Amino acid sequence: MPRFVRYLLPLVLFLAMAGLLYRGLSIDPRLVPSPLVGKSAPAFSLARLEDPAATLSNADFKGQVSLLNVWATWCVSCRAEHQVLMQLSKSTDVAIYGLNYKDERPAALRWLQQFGDPYRANAFDADGRVGIDWGVYGTPETFIIDKQGVIRHKHTGPLTWDIVQHEIMPLVKQLQAETG
Amino acid sequence: MRAARKKRLYLILLVVVGVGVAAALALNAFNQNLMFFYSPSEVNAGKAPPHHPFRLGGLVTDGSLKRLPNGLTVQFDVTDLQKTVSIQYTGILPDLFREGQGIVAHGQMRDDGVFVADEVLAKHDEKYMPPEVAASLKDAHDKGVTAVKAKEAGL
Amino acid sequence: MIPELGHFALILALCLALVLAVVPLLGTFTRTPAWVALARPLAWGQFLFLALSFAALVHAFLADDFSVLYVANHGNTQLPEIYKISAVWGAHEGSLLLWVLILSGWMVAVSLFGRHLPDEVLARVLSVMGMVSIGFLSFLLFTSNPFERVFPIPAEGGELNPLLQDPGLAIHPPMLYMGYVGMSVAFSFAIAALIGGRLDAAWARWSRPWTLVAWVFLTIGIVLGSWWAYNELGWGGWWFWDPVENASFMPWLAGTALVHSLAVTEKRGAFRRWTVLLALLAFSLSLLGTFLVRSGVLTSVHAFASDPARGLFILMFLLLVIGGSLLLYAVRAPDISRGGGFAAVSRESFLLGNNVLLVLMTALVLIGTLAPLLYDALGWGKISVGFPWFNSMLVTFMPLMVILMGIGPLTRWKQQAPAELLGRLRLAAVISVGAGLAVALPLLGDSWALGLALALSVWLLTTLLMGLRQRLRAKGGVASLWTDLAGRGGRSYYGMWLAHLGVAFFILGITVATQFDIEKDERMSPGQSVEVAGYDFRFDGVKDVQGPNYRAHRGTLQVTRNGAEVAVLYPEKRVYRVQRKPMTESGIDAGFMRDLYVSLGEPLDNGDWSLRLYYKPLVRWIWFGGLLIAAGGLLAASDPRYRHLLHRRTVGGAVPAGGHA
Repeated sequence: MPRFVRYLLPLVLFLAMAGLLYRGLSIDPRLVPSPLVGKSAPAFSLARLEDPAATLSNADFKGQVSLLNVWATWCVSCRAEHQVLMQLSKSTDVAIYGLNYKDERPAALRWLQQFGDPYRANAFDADGRVGIDWGVYGTPETFIIDKQGVIRHKHTGPLTWDIVQHEIMPLVKQLQAETG
Repeated sequence: MRAARKKRLYLILLVVVGVGVAAALALNAFNQNLMFFYSPSEVNAGKAPPHHPFRLGGLVTDGSLKRLPNGLTVQFDVTDLQKTVSIQYTGILPDLFREGQGIVAHGQMRDDGVFVADEVLAKHDEKYMPPEVAASLKDAHDKGVTAVKAKEAGL
Repeated sequence: MIPELGHFALILALCLALVLAVVPLLGTFTRTPAWVALARPLAWGQFLFLALSFAALVHAFLADDFSVLYVANHGNTQLPEIYKISAVWGAHEGSLLLWVLILSGWMVAVSLFGRHLPDEVLARVLSVMGMVSIGFLSFLLFTSNPFERVFPIPAEGGELNPLLQDPGLAIHPPMLYMGYVGMSVAFSFAIAALIGGRLDAAWARWSRPWTLVAWVFLTIGIVLGSWWAYNELGWGGWWFWDPVENASFMPWLAGTALVHSLAVTEKRGAFRRWTVLLALLAFSLSLLGTFLVRSGVLTSVHAFASDPARGLFILMFLLLVIGGSLLLYAVRAPDISRGGGFAAVSRESFLLGNNVLLVLMTALVLIGTLAPLLYDALGWGKISVGFPWFNSMLVTFMPLMVILMGIGPLTRWKQQAPAELLGRLRLAAVISVGAGLAVALPLLGDSWALGLALALSVWLLTTLLMGLRQRLRAKGGVASLWTDLAGRGGRSYYGMWLAHLGVAFFILGITVATQFDIEKDERMSPGQSVEVAGYDFRFDGVKDVQGPNYRAHRGTLQVTRNGAEVAVLYPEKRVYRVQRKPMTESGIDAGFMRDLYVSLGEPLDNGDWSLRLYYKPLVRWIWFGGLLIAAGGLLAASDPRYRHLLHRRTVGGAVPAGGHA
């Protein structure tokens, strides 16, 4: 029945387009997980921001669930997520560490004084070497590291309440429940 | 009856031919107006077309933003964390242009290897990284990690 | 507590939608009047619960209830009241809630104004709309609940994107949604007719005013969006062929085709299959627009919320709604009778030509929008389609369309003697070609683009005037204009007249604004003057000012022409306190013949600033034309013959047999 077939044409065109859209959904580059997820955190040892004599290294992450937040004073969106971090540090027991990325020490210290300091400690990565090892490609970024020091999740972009509620805290709670 | 049917057939034929010609013209123009995206690594590898406009994207390198004496022309570097390309642009930069921010620029390469942009885009939502930039950074990072691994293995 | 009530109301609305989608529709098959009669109260109930739910969300924003996640993300104590309300639809969850609220509003409107419809048709239409409603309500409840609580409760909210803090944008989305969602009425009428197998002139007459009103809203929404982009983005542009803009433009193009094709189906009973397909297409494109904007498949300047998981949900929904309706079409279309025949030269033919052009343009915009996705999916590289392409498409097809627009209304239905038509058009053709050539010739205007635009506008204008003269003469002189406007069919004609006049303005505005605008990027010291198009802009430096929720650098520019003061412009560079986002607020002196437009760039040394100065002639004509088009649509929708139809049942009881004139 050729007449019937003719009227199927719009449907066929639509289905082809739907297939394309489905493919489009799966190639969103922001969905691609970091190659580091599931691997041990890259080793590093850097001077602390607060105290150049002391160091912060990946050994400090062991035995607890930690967040590593990559930030800088020149980054606009870091300012936007700062209040979320502040609230998180006050109301939960997750250890928040900072990686101060390609920044200047006086500016960074002033920032923490002015807006509050949610971090347990900050590593000072002036030349961005460690950032490159961690595959940082845009601040802010936040890594979740489990008790064994393995990276379990990476979030690119500022933390919002939405993301904390749906992405960060459920995983943190689950990791905290794991035996270390 | 037959004449009317014939007339209708001609009308349909006319419409089909018209639409066909229009579509052919449109698709031909389409190919000439495509703007491909290249990352700094690809530009350095000579993959970008030499005398044709394209889009270049990456992170603006810290401390690279310079203003030429006239005050309106700026030069800055973009990087995918592997390779870097200098961009020159005359005009007013978008509100969200920042060092460290992902941007996309339209323009073409000058013979001295500087990319001359006629438009610089920084997205109005800073939560958002231009997807092409994100993908090229990820690529570059994966390659970088492999290169380091290869070196370590060789040592 | 109130947010939970809002959530609960949303769930109840979904339950009602589920019943509405099934029971009345079943009732029309089993011929159970009680089931059929349920459609109306169910639609009302659904609207009531959605209104409650929406009110709960508005309340949460006004009360700064940051325990609600959505409010914590987009509200702020420092936000001015009006933006607290517009923040409700400033992001994903709330805008979807607005979407379904508007949908159920349209359902209530259909049940109110559709009293003349046979109960069976009304029940089917409302059931189909109920199905659409199910999709959106479950999308809301399962993937994007606006009432979700957050713990710990933030002390302060994340604030509405500063870009969206603008009066234009506060009303732009509701208008656009009224249009998008309004297309669902025409869609539902088409589906109901396909189910019932009755596609006739009566069906076209029922859906026509609804389609017109929805199309008017869509037009206003697009005009507002364009005006907002011009005011707020600071680049002086008013259309970017951005995916989000295209998402609203495609249903508009299809809707325009539908409005015209419905006219043919109503008057002559022809084009039935085509009209039905267009009705499905217009709403499908509205849904596709929602998908493109919400899923993050295509990213754009405007995409403020995107999430692939949500994208999958909408895609499934699209498959069900669009796929299902196209399948129904394929099954039913062969049985639809062809309707009235027409000759090769007749108004039907010209309207068909216009329809083909409009659909072709829709297809091209769709291709241009989806091409980056196609190339990426096939691994051919990452591309973007430059907007020169879209523009050249417009420039290619627009003139053809305008020529047909001039001829169509002067042509008789069914059959027209070609010689008579040519005789009538000769004068208009001579005048418009003459006007065009006059501007295009080197000595006079020296611009072919302007010549073409002027020729087309004059062509529209002269043919419109000829048509008007012809109509008034037939009705008995200019004085009969008022009686004609009050009578049946009059407003349809004058609506068309006004809308086509709007196109003439639009063409001239678009051409002059793009061809003759002047843009200068300048470094300026305080006290220095720059001349643009005969206007002297004197820069008087930059001061710091405080806004309610932002700080700003405000520049002052004194504009004079030949020594006489024209305007003082205050372009600003704002930094919003919460999001620390810089925003350019341009200084604009608007005028009917030209706009002067200044944006503040960056501070340089010695108090110098970089500034961008524009002279934009006739740019307002673009939006003025758009508003005329909308006004024409509104006038046509108010034609007494639709109202007459409405009263027929309530006043006279029985429908007179000869009612369809």
